[in-house]
Amino acid sequence: MIYDVSPLALAIFAAFVTVTLGISFYLGRSANSSAGYFAAHGQIPWFVNGIAFAGDYLSAASFLGICGMIAFYGYDGFLYSIGYLAGWIVALFVVAEPMRRLGKFTFADALNSRFQSRGIKIIAGISTLAVSIFYLIPQMVGAGVLVQPLLGLPHWVGVVLVGVVVILIVVSAGMVSTTWVQFLKGALLIIFSTILTVIVLNRGLTVTSPVDAAAASEASDALRTLGPLPAAEGTDGPTLRGPATELPGLTGETVVGPSDGWVGTPFVRTRNNASGRLTVWHPRETLEGKHFLDECQIVTRSLEGAELISGLPRAKQRDDGGALLRSVGSVSRLPDGAESTGPLGPLEYFRVLGQSEVRVWRNQRIAEDDGGISTVYYPKPTAGSQVLRPGEHPRFAGIRSGGWLDRLNFLSLMLALFAGTASLPHILIRYYTVKDESAARKSTIVGIACIGFFYVLTLYLGLGAMTSGALDVTDTNMSAPLLAKSVSDPLFAAISAIAFTTVLGTVSGLILASAGAVTHDLIDSFRSEPLSDDRKVAVAKVSSVVVGAIAVALGILFKDLNVSYLVGWAFSVAASANLPALVMLLFWPRVNRQGIIASIAVGMVSSLTWILLSADTYAKVYGLPAADAPMPFSQPGLVTIPLAFLTLVVVSLLTPPHELPDQAISS
Amino acid sequence: MVTRNARIGLVLFGIYATCYAAFVLTNAFVADAMDATPFAGLNVAVLSGFALILLALVLALVYGFAADGEDAGSEREDTQ
Repeated sequence: MIYDVSPLALAIFAAFVTVTLGISFYLGRSANSSAGYFAAHGQIPWFVNGIAFAGDYLSAASFLGICGMIAFYGYDGFLYSIGYLAGWIVALFVVAEPMRRLGKFTFADALNSRFQSRGIKIIAGISTLAVSIFYLIPQMVGAGVLVQPLLGLPHWVGVVLVGVVVILIVVSAGMVSTTWVQFLKGALLIIFSTILTVIVLNRGLTVTSPVDAAAASEASDALRTLGPLPAAEGTDGPTLRGPATELPGLTGETVVGPSDGWVGTPFVRTRNNASGRLTVWHPRETLEGKHFLDECQIVTRSLEGAELISGLPRAKQRDDGGALLRSVGSVSRLPDGAESTGPLGPLEYFRVLGQSEVRVWRNQRIAEDDGGISTVYYPKPTAGSQVLRPGEHPRFAGIRSGGWLDRLNFLSLMLALFAGTASLPHILIRYYTVKDESAARKSTIVGIACIGFFYVLTLYLGLGAMTSGALDVTDTNMSAPLLAKSVSDPLFAAISAIAFTTVLGTVSGLILASAGAVTHDLIDSFRSEPLSDDRKVAVAKVSSVVVGAIAVALGILFKDLNVSYLVGWAFSVAASANLPALVMLLFWPRVNRQGIIASIAVGMVSSLTWILLSADTYAKVYGLPAADAPMPFSQPGLVTIPLAFLTLVVVSLLTPPHELPDQAISS
Repeated sequence: MVTRNARIGLVLFGIYATCYAAFVLTNAFVADAMDATPFAGLNVAVLSGFALILLALVLALVYGFAADGEDAGSEREDTQ
């Protein structure tokens, strides 16, 4: 589809960014000490901090990634919502108050509060940097993905734009401006998501059918269906292969014989004699035994990198002889043969959807003779009940039919999500911005309420997008904004701008956590004397710029990688490296500094190594066959988290117990 | 070292972790159970998903009311 660059979108977008920067500079005047820069003087009110938690946490992965996954595959995306939220329970009940009590600016502070060890600060600082950078990459990639259709600019521009704005925010006022940006963004995200959900429910469900190909006019751009096909002679049903040069009922198009890559696939191809447009058809049989052919969409990428849609170059404007992708996503049948349901209540929505049939879209890659790759996107009518239960997405399909390893992989993922939230450095540092533990607790409760409410909305948004007719088959991440577009352009502009500030909010938090790690944990540990306060702030600002620049570079480099996949990495590494040390510090008296250092190091290295050697990485990053990967399943959490716990216990027991503070000046 | 709040927190955590584990294990090993529609035409998947989210909030509020206002800020840690 052509994403028209709307001046309204640009205006709203610019307004958001300007207001955000304005707040930042205004508040920046007071944040010149390290207490101000890293922890906002501990003066953020708990209610504001709670919403800022939501603004910090609900990143592109949640809003775009989860809604996109639900829009294409149904319930499976919601599993992420549940896992992400469950992690907050760990944060509230296990980590929140002790973090506030034990530390000053960073996660390493809390770990180190008892031991005063350089080793702990260094390893914790490295862990913070590693997790933050992994988490940064998908955010930057997401920014590019958003900006492309919204502003009509290439991917790298979006990435650079985010980088520049965030660096300005973080450098001007550190945690103070970051907090208020996150507060603003959190509030807006929840408000607009609520509005969109209400609209989805009010709209209800409507049956949309493709146009009958025999009756379709030349000028129409709608997707077509051909059929019911007549039976060929001597057979029980229609034959789709055979010497036919034309399909029955379809005039003006010639059948293209199958070339190598197409043999064995169910698809039939026709070419329009006049325009040269290629159409791919997918067969479908109804319950009554009638055969139809549904029009698919095809994107071909040649060896040189040129892209063709339906065999034609991408249209730059209408009627220039090119082709575009059509928006998809519809209901094919409603209960009792209704055409439309009218407004539905929140529970009624699921009931009706469960009894309907939805047209979801899947894809298949086909190698062309000339070395190019074609991706065919074909419609697959699916029962509504299937879309409302787990197991549709390839990553989760194993729970229904797979063996032990698939189930272990699933358990591992859900464990990493559960354990990961409370281990994320950019979340943990937010505990230092409130004045005491009671505030830490209350702000976490507010955070849970907002985040939980938002995740409930994601299910409605995702399913709404699935049935909205506005999806882009090639880009799952745009599903939620496109849902808004199907309602109105101003709403689309607002949602896209909010999604963009979503990235700003999370990236600011991450850069600040990284700057803290570099300055407060790493640099201070290597010097004989800690930096003076204003030097520290200056160094922190420089680190913010450097980390920001690295994030931009990586965001451009990794632009084709799946966003939610990278976030999963960050969660696994955080949960393996940070949580065991933190939990044992709080609950096991015998823990000592060697145990903590070993635990973080082992957790971090083992989870990273596992990920780099997993089937997912082989297939998606290295481009090697997934079957060659040495690891039995892709998510390391189930193995590396217990491993880190075990390491901590064993090492602590094998080394001398921790001496009392006034006897040990450990280094 | 383990304060009153921490003890309450652990109990509530235990409750939630058990429910979460039940949900995850059911999905992993008895996925078909998620299809059943016991109530108002809604399936177990949606009902349990919403229930877990709601439970998180309820437990958080319980903790908010049960926890001490002034916590162990003044309690020094005893290193054993």
